[in-house]
Amino acid sequence: MSGTVSAAWRGRVSPDAEAKPMNTPAIAVSGLQKTFGDKVVLAGIDLEVRAGTVFALLGPNGAGKTTTVNVLTTLMKADGGTVRVAGHDIATEAKAVRKSIGVTGQFAAVDELLTGRENLQLMVDLNRSVTNKGIVTELLERFELTESADKPASTYSGGMRRKLDLAMTLVGSPRIIFLDEPTTGLDPRSRRTMWSIIRDLVADGVTIFLTTQYLEEADQLADRIAVLDQGRLVAQGTADDLKRQIPGTHVRLRFTTAAELDSAAQILTDGTRDDESLTLRVPSDGGTKSLRAVLARLDEYALSAEEFSVQTPDLDDVFLALTGHNTEVVAK
Amino acid sequence: MSTSPSIVMLRRNFKHLGRNPASVFNAVLMPILMMFMFVYMMGDAFDVGAGIDYVDYATPGILLMAVCYGLGGTAVAVNSDMTKGIINRFKVMDVSRGAVLTGHVIASVLTNVIAIVALIGVAFLMGFSPSAGLVDWLGVAGMVVLLGFAAGWLTVALGLSAKSPETAGMAAVPLVLLPFFSSAIIPAEKMGPGLREFAEYQPFTPIIETIRGLLAGTPDSGDAITAVAWCVGIALVGYLWARSTFTKRA
Repeated sequence: MSGTVSAAWRGRVSPDAEAKPMNTPAIAVSGLQKTFGDKVVLAGIDLEVRAGTVFALLGPNGAGKTTTVNVLTTLMKADGGTVRVAGHDIATEAKAVRKSIGVTGQFAAVDELLTGRENLQLMVDLNRSVTNKGIVTELLERFELTESADKPASTYSGGMRRKLDLAMTLVGSPRIIFLDEPTTGLDPRSRRTMWSIIRDLVADGVTIFLTTQYLEEADQLADRIAVLDQGRLVAQGTADDLKRQIPGTHVRLRFTTAAELDSAAQILTDGTRDDESLTLRVPSDGGTKSLRAVLARLDEYALSAEEFSVQTPDLDDVFLALTGHNTEVVAK
Repeated sequence: MSTSPSIVMLRRNFKHLGRNPASVFNAVLMPILMMFMFVYMMGDAFDVGAGIDYVDYATPGILLMAVCYGLGGTAVAVNSDMTKGIINRFKVMDVSRGAVLTGHVIASVLTNVIAIVALIGVAFLMGFSPSAGLVDWLGVAGMVVLLGFAAGWLTVALGLSAKSPETAGMAAVPLVLLPFFSSAIIPAEKMGPGLREFAEYQPFTPIIETIRGLLAGTPDSGDAITAVAWCVGIALVGYLWARSTFTKRA
């Protein structure tokens, strides 16, 4: 587990840095435990999220991600450990915590019988701190929901519901936002829209705590990633830190005969061969230049692979590398 | 603009009602259909005592059924708030935590009141002729609201505890059926052994008898005390159950 990591990774500096003392983390969790009956769901979690950064909790179904979010957002009581959110203790100052956070759960919690506009207005009516009268219109525009604003939310697509859900969370202008699997079940296009919305929030100085099953999502968004496996954090650090611990992007070549594989292994010396499947794994960054180099080497020796594919590591690779088992074991 | 959160929630519940014709049908039109069915189709077959018009006998019982028919919708609405994460959304906001539940209970009671006013109107058209004075009518109103309030809290608890909206709807069914096994439709003493004792001692019978007495202009304080005690007990159990489920379930 890596200790000191720069929050300025990707050249981003917290705009909130002046507003808050540098040493007060937005979220500080130490020794967090949670048990349901005799099932240990969280077995002592420690983490810290700096203000103005994105923290991703990565793990398969059943790892304890939602339970973590539920405890951190005051929905559930912890069985052990301490949690401070926005400087307030979740056990003794729940009200103050609720004032500073916004939460978007795993399933879009929108009122389906109300229209998009009414859903947002409901949040405004319940939020005494809202002074901006135009906020409903602003949010509808910002999330491109203006056209459907007066249709019932039950007619919205999955992506629109998620957007409305997040818009509702933003009504109170929270400084810390929890997003529990914000893109699970969304199509690739809606996922990208959600990512760009999250990036905009961070640009405004908001702190984001998100959970995800997708390595790519954590990589795309997070300053720091923690990998959760069966209630324990098995790794924590920047995306680069994690990637160093797992097999990187590589090219996979499959040949028809063992002889071909032999010759290929001799010319591509940094490859790892698997005789059983007649494949050779060659490290590569996946860019056209390095791919062309591999192909050129094969051509040079008049070798041709039956199959050629570029493989990027996914959550399974991370788990295999970090825990020795893949995600299936946990999920089923 | 600082409307109380309970009022905001109540407004939301009423918008729901307007957009969900099935629940309005169940709450308002079903009791009226029951009234037609019992009075016109079966009324002649029931002997409720010499010289008593069946519409006068049945109206108090069907009033009570009207309260119960509204409950199914409340249970389903509360449960879908729970299972769709809407209650969690309110719970992590800095608003009074009970507001969403209070909203549901008040909406449930107001739906009851609308259903009952409509039903009494229909009853009058069908020849209902009560001998109640103003005070008696106020007593009827008080009894109905108290029952609606008590049953409303119990239903909210059922809705919060149920696994899905379907099971929540099922959980409210006993409340809808209970009046049939009371003195609502026929006097308890006409029922078979076992059923008769059940009908005599179950909560709905004293409540119906209280309303019946008030509408006839001859209120019975014994029935009234039992009825109020039942309602207060049900309300208390429902409220405490709802509150603890609300706090625990996430």
